[in-house]
Order: sequence, then structure tokens, then C-alpha cells
Amino acid sequence: MTDPTLIRNFAIVAHIDHGKSTLADRLIEVCGGLSEREMKSQVLDSMELERERGITIKAQTVRLAYKARDGLTYQLNLMDTPGHVDFTYEVSRSLSACEGSILLVDASQGVEAQTLANAYLAIEAGHEVVPVLNKIDLPAAEPQRIKAQIEEVVGIAAEDALEISAKTGEGVAEVLETLVEKLPAPVGDRTKPLQALLVDSWYDSYLGVVTLVRVREGVLRPGQKILMMAAGRSYKVDQVGVFTPARENVDELGPGEVGFLTASIKTVADCQVGDTVTDDGNPTQSALDGFKPSVPVVFCSLFPADAADYEDLRESLAKLRLNDSSFVFEPENSQALGVGFRCGFLGLLHMEIVQERLDREFDLNLIATAPSVVYRLHMRNGSLLELHNPSDYPDVMKIASIEEPWIKASIMVPDQYLGAILSLCTERRGEQVELTYVGNRAMVIYRLPLNEVVFDFYDRLKSVSSGYASLDYELDGFRESDLVKVTILVNAEPIDALSLIVHESSAEPRGRAMCQRLKDLVPRQLFKIAIQAAIGGKVIARETVGAMRKDVTAKCYGGDATRKRKLLDKQKKGKKRMRQFGNVEIPQSAFISALKMSED
Amino acid sequence: MAQLAVYIHWPYCLNKCPYCDFNSHVAETIDHAVWQRSYGREIAYWADRIGPANVTSVFFGGGTPSLMAPDSVAACLQAVASAWDLADDAEITLEANPTSVETGKLAAFRAAGVNRLSLGVQALNGAALNFLGRQHDVAETRVAIETAAQLFDHWSMDLIYARPDQTVADWISELEDALTYEPEHISAYQLTIEKGTPFFADHRAGVFELPEEEAGAAFYDETNARLQDAGLARYEISNYARPGAESQHNLAYWFARDYVGIGPGAHGRLMLNGAVRATRQIAAPAGWLDAVQRDGHGTQEEAMLDVLQLRDEVAMMGLRLSTGIDKAAFAARVGIPFERAFSQTRLLSLQAEGLLAIDAHSARATAQGLVRLNSLLVYLLSR
Repeated sequence: MTDPTLIRNFAIVAHIDHGKSTLADRLIEVCGGLSEREMKSQVLDSMELERERGITIKAQTVRLAYKARDGLTYQLNLMDTPGHVDFTYEVSRSLSACEGSILLVDASQGVEAQTLANAYLAIEAGHEVVPVLNKIDLPAAEPQRIKAQIEEVVGIAAEDALEISAKTGEGVAEVLETLVEKLPAPVGDRTKPLQALLVDSWYDSYLGVVTLVRVREGVLRPGQKILMMAAGRSYKVDQVGVFTPARENVDELGPGEVGFLTASIKTVADCQVGDTVTDDGNPTQSALDGFKPSVPVVFCSLFPADAADYEDLRESLAKLRLNDSSFVFEPENSQALGVGFRCGFLGLLHMEIVQERLDREFDLNLIATAPSVVYRLHMRNGSLLELHNPSDYPDVMKIASIEEPWIKASIMVPDQYLGAILSLCTERRGEQVELTYVGNRAMVIYRLPLNEVVFDFYDRLKSVSSGYASLDYELDGFRESDLVKVTILVNAEPIDALSLIVHESSAEPRGRAMCQRLKDLVPRQLFKIAIQAAIGGKVIARETVGAMRKDVTAKCYGGDATRKRKLLDKQKKGKKRMRQFGNVEIPQSAFISALKMSED
Repeated sequence: MAQLAVYIHWPYCLNKCPYCDFNSHVAETIDHAVWQRSYGREIAYWADRIGPANVTSVFFGGGTPSLMAPDSVAACLQAVASAWDLADDAEITLEANPTSVETGKLAAFRAAGVNRLSLGVQALNGAALNFLGRQHDVAETRVAIETAAQLFDHWSMDLIYARPDQTVADWISELEDALTYEPEHISAYQLTIEKGTPFFADHRAGVFELPEEEAGAAFYDETNARLQDAGLARYEISNYARPGAESQHNLAYWFARDYVGIGPGAHGRLMLNGAVRATRQIAAPAGWLDAVQRDGHGTQEEAMLDVLQLRDEVAMMGLRLSTGIDKAAFAARVGIPFERAFSQTRLLSLQAEGLLAIDAHSARATAQGLVRLNSLLVYLLSR
């Protein structure tokens, strides 16, 4: 074990693309953690997808041995944090495993929404924050302006901010030295009962479930029987180790140290981020503060485009969940789209990532329904119903009131786009909380219903600001609202997959838009087809697909009978891919297109 | 005694029309004697298989049967008469093209025993005949029609409409022109693009465009109305006749009665030993000739139809008729009562929508149902 006074635990907080992973690589390189040959670019982002999108999904950690100018060798533990709004809780847990942070800001782009959100999380975690300006080698770099911006917006002293280029390596050594100097050493008593923070866990095909912990008090050793306090499960520890970033087993982890344990844990779902790990025989008196079970807030249904892929989809979802317990799924049966799964996610990006991984890693062609949020239904009989799927919407007469989740969104945008952003937020039922200017950039804080944000808000935000607006949000509780369920009916039969829960004010336009879309997609057939949008029994929009005018073979004599009968057989078979609504059949492809278009 | 319709296929044409997907071939030389003998042998073969029957109609189709030697036609009819009972008033139809050469042979066909002529007029417009790849001009065509009307008590003409660039008004005036010859029977077909034909490739390549569904429906409605006015009732989707002048031979197909197919590529439906068999002869003329020479017949395939296939066929053919399906005939042919052969819900919903009319004895597609018959059948016959 290492003397805690020689340990520094830190994280790097930054907006996407400000160079966090590049800096991490450079730090590892300077400390000689990996040979050049082993050095893949951006080592910490281990998933292909993460590397490609430049987003860190799973927190990782690396222990570095740094020989400082005072002649002593320090143990530096770098916690890499998830870099997106959906993972705020995971970020906060990773940060609470450290004593300080590098606040990394792009020297030309300056402070962005996530810079701010993550900086506040670091400050909240009691961190010593070390401001660092990156990409100083770029011609557009304006270090003086950005330093002033950091002071003004973030509210920390920045005049001594380091100026570096993670790309060229310029100034990186100075970063390490500053960490040793400025960051407080962790404190902890190795004689006390074990108390460690569960930072993350993931599934490794070789080791099984690997759990990342930060020891606060006591000592963690192989063979020890541990207890996960919130989960209430105990395990015998197999291995204890660290990443340098190569995996290396150690005899023990003491106070202030960060490392992993394996303990024949079956699934990552048993390792909840933020849980307290203690000694089963000699438990600590107090669990660590701040534990929250992860709660999915955005839901959508996933269906295989080809029903034959259902089992593959189930297996793939199970495999993904091995590594991502914040994602949940359960089987769902839709009349329009067949069998699939209702899935819950931490947020929109999380949803997008899971869908993309299913598509890419498992080669599955999926149909996703429009995302929806969790509603709280207060029923007349006094019970509370959490609604994850519009198709489970109960009889409206039984509902006393409905609450929907709200968020507090921080948006940073160059001021020429401010007007467009404000009208977008207003259109989405937003309430302005704050509007401040920093130079020519505006920062607006809005409260918005999450329901309005999951429906193409992010895309609109990017398009009205030519891509310049950045968004961060946090959940902001539930509020009662005038929500209605809009049901789409084909020949008076509801199509579950297309139903929507929307605010009363947008029920008619959204319902009408969906009817019109379907009208164009549903082919004319033998019977005329009524497409309606309704709230309960009240029709709010209607379109009719007229019956086909003429569909008849001109010639059919004795010599044609066999061929025409075979053609008929083929057409009969083709109908198996159709969904029956009353006496009309609608190709599944029409519903898929309707769903796809609603994403535009 | 059982009734039987006899179809005899002549596989040759002067040229292939670009819209036609029938079994037709263009040959340099034709040995008429060999053909005559081969037809005779195959008729004898089927006479053996089928046993005694009343032949209600004989139909020479093709190809272009007016290219046959008239004595071959006579020989075939003799063979039919010696194989089965051929009544004096049985309908004996020959398809003819209105070229001057063939028109010259019409009297000889009449003498050979043909009593009904089906004339492939197709159009009374020079540009249209050209587009359709026909070998006759308008003047020749008119002569052929007049000759046919003079020689035959019963004759029919085929017309093709809804051609590219044709308006409904163009078509109706062409139809009026045709009606001046006072035909007792007209087969009017909407131009259909069949796979494997030159038109199929041209149409896909955008060389020409056909009327959309809506326009096609307008053509059809106008055709029905005009022919109705002229006293020619629609008795099948594309066939119109004065009462009593319906093609008895074609009715046998639509009523799902027995018919035997003689010649290359001919199809048959025969109830033998209580089961309905679908027969198909070898399509290639040389292959058929060889087989007949060797085996006495050129059957390529003979398959029993199961109840479901039979039900589908009987419905598919019978609902083309304005009189529809006779329930008793249906039960006798398919082996199960009409009511039990279909989904009741579907029958009811087709009736409710006014697409199907069902009474105690028959089931027929209404005018609304007829124009959508393909979809109606898919709906009715799907599980």
C-alpha cells in the first residue's frame, strides 16, 4: 500500500471534444504507463463506439507513478468520467472518489454547457479545481479571453491557468506537477472497518464482473468477505488490483487508493454505482452519502424489423445489460409491430448509444418507437401509477391527475442565435429561469417538460443554432400537467405503437400530422380505411384512404388458371407480413415509415 | 354423359406481338401434315383417358390458328367427332388475325366446320396497330371484319384499349366505329403489361406510360356503359355479348367445367375418377411433336388439385362472371358446400361493403366487386 500523503486522486472535467481523452493519453505516456507500442490513441475510451464518438460511457481509471520535482514518487489515480448529460449521477460518483479535478477548456471555444455543468459537479464534490486551457497550439486560441470567461462564468480563479496542448505535449509535465502541488492528499484510517465507494462496474468476458472502488477507510484484500450495503449482498473477494492502465493484481487497497475487485458477482446490476462496499464481518457504521439507484427516465420500444430476429434481439439486449445496468428492458407485444421490448434509458443519448450498439455490434435491424418519458398517474382510488408506455394508459375516468418530469436545461449559445433558441424553448412550454451574457455568448436556463425535449428538441436546438448551441440538463422533479393520450386508430382499432402522450395544446396538431403521414403511407386497398386521432372517445383528426378504384386482371382463360392461382397464393403469403385492422391489412412497413418520419 | 370443352392450341404466329406472353412461336417452315397427324393422335389419347363425353365446344386458339391449313382444322374436328359425341350445334371457334392472307382463308375454315370466328382486331387506328406490332392495317382489318360478318353467323372481335396516349374519348369513338359492324360479341381488354414481353422492358424503361389506376377505371366504366347501350351486356370482366351470344367455350372455363387441352402448352382441367386434375402439355412445338410421335401424347404435367386449390380456382374463375358462382355446381366440383368453403366473417364483410352479392343459389361479385376482383380474391381466400 501507498502512504496516503503520496496519493493524488483526480478527474478531468470538460465539454465534449475539448481534449479530455487526449490529455489522459498524454499523462499516461509521460508517466510511462504504457510502452509506445501498447499505446493506442485514447486508451481510456475502450469501447469502439466511445472512441468513435469521442464520448466516454463507462468510467475507467488508471494508476500512474509520477516522480515529482521534489524527488518523491507519487501515485496518481486518474478517474475518467462519463462525458454526457445522461450520466450526471455517474459523473458525480466518480468525482466523489477524487479530491480534485482538472477543468479542461478548449482555448478557442471556451466554456460550454457541459464545462459548466461538470465544473459545478466538481465544486459540489469539494474538489480543488485546476483550470487548464487546451489546444493552445491552434491559431484561434485566445487564452486571455478564455481565462476571463472561466472566472466570470465558472467563478474560479483562472489567471494562473495552465496553457497546454495535449496534442503536442506542450505543458503536460506542468499539469502533473501542479496536481501534486495543489491537490489535497486523501485522508483515511486503515485501522477502521472497510468503507469503499463503488464507482463503476462492468462485465469482462475473462474476469466476470469487475467492480471499481475507491477505498475511504480500512483495507480491501483478496479473500475478504465484503458487503454491498445498499444491495444487501455479500461476496468473497477473488482478486484486487489496479490498472496502470494494464491490469495488475495487488495484495491490498488502502485508504485513498482506487482499484478494482472481482468476487464472483453474477451481473453488473448487483453492483450499483454509489453503493458502499464494507467488510461483511466488521461493517462500517455509516454508508457513504449520495447513493441513488439509477432510474431510467426515457423509454422507447424496440422491435426487430424481421420477427425472426426476436431471439437475437433478446440475447443482444441481455449482453448489453451485462455491462450497463442503467438500461432496462422487458418484453412487449405490439399489434402493429409484433413482438419486441420496452426499454428504459437514463436519457436520450443513452438511448441512442444503446440503439447504435445493437445495430453495430449485434447487426440487428431495429424499429424504434418515438421516445417517451415516465408519467406519474394519480388514480382516483388513491394509488400512484408510473407509466412507461403510452399503450398502458389506463381508462381516463380513473385518473385524478397526471404529473410529468421536468428538467432544468442550461443552454449556451452565440447571441445571434439566441432569439431562435428562446422561441424554441417557449414553443416547448419552457419557462425561463435565467438569461446571462458572457461576451458574445448567452447562457439561458430554462425549465422544460422532458416530454417536449425527447421529441426532436436536441436536433432542433442544433439546427436553429447552426450547431453552436450546447445543452446540459438535470432532472427537476415532477409537475402536474394537462396531458392527454392521443390514440391513432385505423378503422376504429387503436395502433398501440403510434399512440402519444402530449400536452393538450399540441394534441391536435400532433394527431393531425400523424394521420396525414399515415394516409400517405397506407396503400389503397379493397376497403376504404379511416385513420383517426382521438383523445379517449373524441376524434380530433381524421383522414380517409379511399378504396382502390380498379384492380382486376383483364384476361383469364383456361390456360391462365394455374398461373393466376399461383400468383394468388403468393399474394396470400405476402399478407402474412401485414397487420390486420378490422377488414383491412396494413403492411408493417407503413408503420415503420410513420415512426421513422416522426423522428425527422 | 359428361360435358367436355376441347381446346386446340396452334403455336405459330407470323410475328410476336410485343404485348403477348402466350405460347407462340415464329417458324420458317411448318409441316402441316405432321401437325394434323399429331393433333389426331393426342385427341385419340385423351379420348381413351376421358371416355365418353358430349363435346359442347371446340376452340382453336394460339398463336394464330388462322395460319393453320383449313384441312388440318377439318381433320381435328373429325378426330374430335370420332373420339366423343360432337353435337351439330356445338360452338366451334377459331381465332383469326385480320390480315388479307388469312381473310382469304375464312371461307375454307367455314367449310371445315368452324361456326364462330374470333377476330383479333385489337384497334381501328393505324398508329395503334403499329404500336401493338400488328401485321394488318386499318383497311385490311375492315375487309376482314366485313368478310367475317358475311361468312359467319357468330363472330366476335378483340379490342385493346387504355393504350399509351389514348384518351377515353378517343377510345369511345373507336368503339363506336367497331359497333357499326354490329358484332354480337366483343372482348375488350385493357392493355396489360406482362412479364417477359418487349412491352415489359419498354414500360420499365419509361419508353411509354400507361394510364394510372384512376384513369384505367374511367376507361373501364365508359366501356361498360357504351357496350351496355349497344345491347352488349358484360357477362365477364372483359367480355360483352348480346344475350345468347356468349362464348360457350370460354364459359366452360369460368364455370369450372371439364376442358381438355390439345397441342403445345395447352392446359386442361378434367375430373377423372372423382378427382380434378390440372394438365399441361409440353410448350415447345418441336418437343410436343416428338413426344406425341413417341408416346401418343405430349403431357408435361398432370397434377391433382387439392380442395383448397380447387376452391381458389373455382372462385377465381367464377367470380369473373356477372352471374357469379352457382353454389350447386361449386359443391359438385370442389366437394364441399359453398358456405363451408369460405370464412363467414369475410363473406359477410364483403357483402356489407357491397362487393359481393349472395343469394340462395349463387354468389357473384357486384359491379364494385368486379373491378377490384384481384384484391377481393386475396381477401376472401386468405387464411
